[in-house]
Amino acid sequence: MILTNTETVPGLLIVEHYGLVQGSTIRAKHIGRDFMAGMKNLVGGELRGYTELLQESRDQAILRMSDQAKALGANAVVNLRFSTSSVAAGAAEILCYGTAVRVEKSPVDAQSASTQQRPN
Amino acid sequence: MELIQIYVGLSLLLLGFVVGGVIERMHYRRIKRREFGFITLPATTTSAIPQIQDVERSQLALGSAVISVDYFKRFAASLKGLFGGEIHSYSSLLDRARREALLRMKENFADADMFVNVRFETSTISNGGNSRIGSVEVLAFATAIWYREDSPHAVPALLES
Repeated sequence: MILTNTETVPGLLIVEHYGLVQGSTIRAKHIGRDFMAGMKNLVGGELRGYTELLQESRDQAILRMSDQAKALGANAVVNLRFSTSSVAAGAAEILCYGTAVRVEKSPVDAQSASTQQRPN
Repeated sequence: MELIQIYVGLSLLLLGFVVGGVIERMHYRRIKRREFGFITLPATTTSAIPQIQDVERSQLALGSAVISVDYFKRFAASLKGLFGGEIHSYSSLLDRARREALLRMKENFADADMFVNVRFETSTISNGGNSRIGSVEVLAFATAIWYREDSPHAVPALLES
């Protein structure tokens, strides 16, 4: 599964479109991590527990999105976007969405493929 | 009893001011050193890929950081909120978080030739009940690209500069 946040996959041609795919997860804070974060809040600095928590949940959201894309028969997701929102105190929703497509190596040589993908 | 509360509050402010200041300075020093190390690895916000060579492969690159503000700065910001104006304590917080996130993104794909379409996503993490900003999460994401080394129309002069 190729993931990009650009409109095309560089060096490859989009041959089919499958529409929007998305994956999301809602995570709550861990009480131990929250306590440590409360302590760390006094002196400032990085809250590693939260960084890891959000990274894990983002990975999960991406995984769910790619599973959805795979089920459609896509082999790439382009124009990927992320969004985070807090639904309740202590819980956050992480959403990632994009367009599922199928990409192929161009039948002609690589040079003409790259010129076709160039916007102008 | 009230006197004790005042003492506790003052010592927390002092702790935030001293330790928070040291942590921030150390963080900035670390950021500047790492940024210097990545000075030759370009990252752009445009989505068009410079066609100096054919692209071999591309991949999504992510980097994120959650940074919290200290007790003293939070207090100073709430005072500043009365008079208006720029809140410097929060601008340094967001600046640190953004630069850290971008650096982590680059560190995750240090062997890439270029990053295109760099985007930042900022979200605040609420601190339980009160609505004051406790910490911010910044996510930096981009498409990392690797150029083909044996490209037919390579421009070596551009690559070396």
